[in-house]
Amino acid sequence: MTSLISARSLTKTYGDFVAVDQINFEVLKGESFGLLGPNGAGKSTIMRMIGATLQRSSGELAVLGKDPEKFGPQIRAHLGVVPQQDNLDSELTVRENLYIYGRYFGLSKKFLTPKIQELLEFAQLEEKRDVKVEALSGGMKRRLTIARALVSEPEILMLDEPTTGLDPQARHILWDRLFRLKELGVTLLLTTHFMDEAEQLCQRLIVMDKGKIMAEDSPAELIRKYVTKEVLELRFGSDKNSQFVDQLRQKCDRIEQLPDRILLYTNDGETLLTEIVGSGLHPITSLVRRSSLEDVFLRLTGRSLIE
Amino acid sequence: MIAKGAVAIAEGRIGKPLEKYYAGRTRAPLQRSFIAFKSSAWLVVLSGFVEPVLYLFSFGFGVGALIGGITAADGSTISYAAYIAPGLLATSAMNGAIYDSTWNVFWKINESKLYQGMLATSLGPLDVALGEIAWALLRGLMYAIGFMIVVTPLGLIENWWGLLAIPAAVLIAFGFASFGMAATSYMKSFQQMNYINMFMLPMFLFSGSFFPLTVYPEIVQWFIKILPLWHGISLIRGLTLGQIDSSILGHVLYFIVMIALGLWFTTKRLNALFLR
Ligand SMILES: Nc1ncnc2c1ncn2[C@@H]1O[C@H](COP(=O)(O)OP(=O)(O)OP(=O)(O)O)[C@@H](O)[C@H]1O
Ligand SMILES: [Mg+2]
Repeated sequence: MTSLISARSLTKTYGDFVAVDQINFEVLKGESFGLLGPNGAGKSTIMRMIGATLQRSSGELAVLGKDPEKFGPQIRAHLGVVPQQDNLDSELTVRENLYIYGRYFGLSKKFLTPKIQELLEFAQLEEKRDVKVEALSGGMKRRLTIARALVSEPEILMLDEPTTGLDPQARHILWDRLFRLKELGVTLLLTTHFMDEAEQLCQRLIVMDKGKIMAEDSPAELIRKYVTKEVLELRFGSDKNSQFVDQLRQKCDRIEQLPDRILLYTNDGETLLTEIVGSGLHPITSLVRRSSLEDVFLRLTGRSLIE
Repeated sequence: MIAKGAVAIAEGRIGKPLEKYYAGRTRAPLQRSFIAFKSSAWLVVLSGFVEPVLYLFSFGFGVGALIGGITAADGSTISYAAYIAPGLLATSAMNGAIYDSTWNVFWKINESKLYQGMLATSLGPLDVALGEIAWALLRGLMYAIGFMIVVTPLGLIENWWGLLAIPAAVLIAFGFASFGMAATSYMKSFQQMNYINMFMLPMFLFSGSFFPLTVYPEIVQWFIKILPLWHGISLIRGLTLGQIDSSILGHVLYFIVMIALGLWFTTKRLNALFLR
């Protein structure tokens, strides 16, 4: 597998503040790669450095084998960029947005006419083709931004929080579109702070916090490595939760006390729950669920050290 | 999905001068302006053209009736309207250019994120700067042509040199557009943008559009002669009144330097804002 993007000790500082701290990663051809992390983790900063619109402070970065700082326009010609905040051309219609964006890449009208039709279908915006962008809903704008990023047939599609601010239905439509692109062989690079999105879309991801990489692997492998199969969530009432933590601690692999509930990590949640109830404890609510990246993150960002 | 088109186009620029800043596609941002213009406020566009015409009628013919003629440098007497027409022509070229290159550019940089979108493509900052300036210049040209269409039948352009007033207006518009965009790209707030207006109105009133500079003490004259509008007015007045001498070259040179500086600063600033 060839690596399309490779970062070595990639660093970005703003004054004394280190936004991205000596990180290393590779994105392979055809894969979908995710950057997962909370606000301020440095995800957008990394995306912009790869997109040749932000200079790094130190380290090495190669996109398609080239340094984005030396070959900005050439590298950007390979990329489709969906920024965190939509920057569609609000003075133009849906169709005009796609057309002029293609013109920025130097593409001909002959190439663009069928391409735009294809993209309008892909983004389910055919009825809105002659509507001004301002009149679109948030989900439609997002789909248009993705369609626009595809107008140049990019090898790498970069999506910075593609579904933030969308309702569940709109998110699922978008996920479906992104799956299809992946099937077509487009390499996806996306950031998110939704664990479910990362699980759905990313083959491989890095978990980031405060500019650093905390872990890197496939979602399933991260869950296997860092947490148990299942989680039992118990609520005893907010002031009582802490009373029971010590008592419950011996019964499971690991325990997390959150403000409103207690998480018990185990490979068999139902059995554990039966045992707890049998020992005379009566939580107000209880829930057994599969572990998720959420739990991985909780573990990785330090709070698990309370254990 | 191999991006043959876009990639091949971008790679074709490798080794060309300024390859990091210029993709050879001024046309693309210019075309964007044309598309957006179709649905813009025509009344606003029209008002920029009407303004100098109103000045011409009120001052040129109104005040002109009171003061009679003006004695030109070569001793001949010309009507007051013919004296101020070139000043108003230069001003209308300036206004057209400034309109698009200041407030509109400020909005595109700070609110609409338009340039951010453009520069995420294989365009370079010089393409964006040139495209936007070319558009502003076209508006300046439109205003200038409109004004010529009004004044020529009134007999205010008396000789064939006057035809050169149109390309001169383009040069003036180019200079103001490129300088206006450069200045705007450094502005951080709406308050700062008002400085541009605070500068424009006095320049219009005192740059010799309505009366010769000789009414001022020498030091004030020198100051005014540093400002671009005086050069623009003198250039066009020289042409419409047929007073052709070497000073014309000086004015042209002034604008060429202004264009080059404006382009250089705009490109540098767009690069700093959106590509680093
Ligand atoms: N121009 C800037 N000047 C100073 N600090 C900045 C600048 N841009 C980003 N930062 C800081 O760098 C850090 C990383 O920002 P970044 O936008 O990459 O985070 P993110 O992971 O994308 O977060 P979010 O999920 O909120 O989008 C933040 O702490 C941010 O405040
Ligand atoms: Mg971000």
